[in-house]
Amino acid sequence: MTERPVHADGEPRRGVAVLKAIVRHRIFFALVCLALVLLLNMIVTMATSGSPGSFFKIVHTNGTFNGPLITILNRSSELIIVALGMTVVVSCSAGVDISVGAVMAFSSSVMVWLLGYGTLAQNDYHVKAYVVPLALGMLAALAVGSLCGLWNGFLVSRLKIQPMVATLILYTAARGAAKVVNSGQILKVDLPNFRWFGNFIQNGAGRNIIPLPTPIFIAAGVVLIVALVLRFTALGMNIQSVGINNRASRILGLNSARIILLAYVFAGLCAAIAGIIASSRIGGIDAQNNGKMIELDAILAVALGGNLLSGGKFSLAGTVIGAITIQTLTTVLYSINVSADQLPLYKAIVVVVIVVLQSTELRPMLNRAAAFVRPRRPAVAVAQAGE
Amino acid sequence: MKKSLVTAGLTALLAISMTACSNNTTGTTGSTTTQPPASSSSSTAPASSSSTKAAASGYSLVPKDTNGDGLITLGFAQVGAESGWRTANTQSYKDYFVEKNGFKLVFADANQDADKQKQDVRDLIAQGVEVIDLAPVTDSGWEPVLQEAKNAGIPLIVSDRQLSVSDDLYLTYFGGNMKQEGDNAVKWLEDYIAKNNVTGPINIVHLQGTMGSTAQKGRSQALTDALAKHSDWKVVYEQTGEFTQAKGQEVMESFLQQNKDFNVIYSENDDMTYGAIDAMKNAGKDPKAPIIISFDGNKSAVQMVIDGYIDVIAECNPLLGPQVGDLIKKAKAGETIPKITYSVEGVIDSANAAEKIKTAFGS
Repeated sequence: MTERPVHADGEPRRGVAVLKAIVRHRIFFALVCLALVLLLNMIVTMATSGSPGSFFKIVHTNGTFNGPLITILNRSSELIIVALGMTVVVSCSAGVDISVGAVMAFSSSVMVWLLGYGTLAQNDYHVKAYVVPLALGMLAALAVGSLCGLWNGFLVSRLKIQPMVATLILYTAARGAAKVVNSGQILKVDLPNFRWFGNFIQNGAGRNIIPLPTPIFIAAGVVLIVALVLRFTALGMNIQSVGINNRASRILGLNSARIILLAYVFAGLCAAIAGIIASSRIGGIDAQNNGKMIELDAILAVALGGNLLSGGKFSLAGTVIGAITIQTLTTVLYSINVSADQLPLYKAIVVVVIVVLQSTELRPMLNRAAAFVRPRRPAVAVAQAGE
Repeated sequence: MKKSLVTAGLTALLAISMTACSNNTTGTTGSTTTQPPASSSSSTAPASSSSTKAAASGYSLVPKDTNGDGLITLGFAQVGAESGWRTANTQSYKDYFVEKNGFKLVFADANQDADKQKQDVRDLIAQGVEVIDLAPVTDSGWEPVLQEAKNAGIPLIVSDRQLSVSDDLYLTYFGGNMKQEGDNAVKWLEDYIAKNNVTGPINIVHLQGTMGSTAQKGRSQALTDALAKHSDWKVVYEQTGEFTQAKGQEVMESFLQQNKDFNVIYSENDDMTYGAIDAMKNAGKDPKAPIIISFDGNKSAVQMVIDGYIDVIAECNPLLGPQVGDLIKKAKAGETIPKITYSVEGVIDSANAAEKIKTAFGS
């Protein structure tokens, strides 16, 4: 950048520096992406509904606040939670956990199986009364998720297996296990409070007590707890230092293996929470579709949030913004009638663009390309002059 | 350098797996309760027109009580137990093919494995069953096995899914007609509009099944035909819910954001209908306001007809046992059986829901 004239008070220079700092901040890119998709969504909503500003409108009808923004937040809840786990895993192990979607299905399957233990009649897969209390069922789901995470963490941290390969085992096995648990059927839970966690908390008469969807609160709670824990303990720093240099951290006295193990357990726990929300949404467990392909969205959310997939420093805020961006993208693609089964293609294009932009090799490469093009101009000019 | 290589590799993997998965979902029905016939080439042909073909084809075997025990032994080679629809299908055979009705059932479950199923059929031939009912896992590669059955003099009925083999290798095909189901739904809507003097445009939200599946193709085609016929019918939103409740809810939520007028929901299976109703509830909209058309007829869905949420369900009947039994009896009595017979399927609305729920399948 060329030198700029400096005023006596030095203000412009400081202004430029601040601007530069903002642009270089890891979250800036994520925010720009989010702003872009929000803008796109706003335009599409305006075009389809015909009224400007309808995208930001929130109406209160029949005890619920309703509007595009709330729908997006509600829908991104599971993704935010899963992506938080993924962020930590990526940061300390420089690899991804691709089993989270399958773990969602498996942990919820165990929960519903336990809730209706022994009472499911042949050809009628409806849980009509809790055999064990709902809270216990949920705890079981969380335990199963954590155990799956423990297994992944063990393979990665102790046996030093590549994260993607290690988690590939549960990626296939956990969904299969989920189907075994409920004999391949969609198990339903016909009890109102089972549906609170994916919809609205209601009173006995079916009226909403809280006018906002519960998943928003669950996601906000998980984000808050994780942020506080990382803020007030050294855990966040330890995770990052293990990710930046595993060996150096160990020499400094950090138990790298245990930190990586814990990261995977946390990812499993997050998956279980997301699984509970997803199954609560439909009031039952559909092992085939619960958390299907969410691992890809979660990895994308981490990358979008400005976190390097090669590990190291991470930003939770970035991940949350990334997750919301993906859901906004999904919503806008639905709005312009892109078929749901074609969505992954568009997301894949976004992933490619983002990861390419993040590449540290890209800038030198571009510079070399620029350097390669520039000196040729005079040469061409000379050749022309010579003729 | 190493890190960037890892990143680049990961990117490629992601991109590949994302598009690959999108391809995968197109061909399968997932956990839908509907298992459509594998081939749809002739599924739109009316049953009556194919009876002439029966005479021309060289298949002369008819069911006989060869062992003289007074019962017809049916060997049923079933696909597996992958959905509520399939479970109900199996149960209807087990309920109907009993001594009381003059039958004995030998059941073989292929666990969705086509090779195992071929062995199953050979076992049934070896056991000397008197009729074979084959619900094939896949539609091809069946010629040798079917020829063996023919040589052994055992008549064979293909049910549920169609086969791509010469039709002189089997007695008849029996199963559902997805296009007809769609037509039944459209007919119900036409009647409803006429009866209730509904005026103004009909704005339809169309929730499609897994794209490319026979059930989706047939049911969507029926709606497309109806749109060509009625100039005041309009599809305001068309999106696939992939036959699942979760996806049905998500795409319906997305549509509701647009604040467009709609008065009809045409949802190609019950699970997506549940999702659409939940989406309306969550958005503070009255789910009983629009006319909701659903497909299949699971017990929960029939209950929703009684409760006033769903207006009509076009049946996709898994209870094929009794109808196959009738077919066998007719063939045994010497009647000419058409090469294709479609299962009798009607609609379930408030008029007959209370009756239909007693025999509704699934959950």
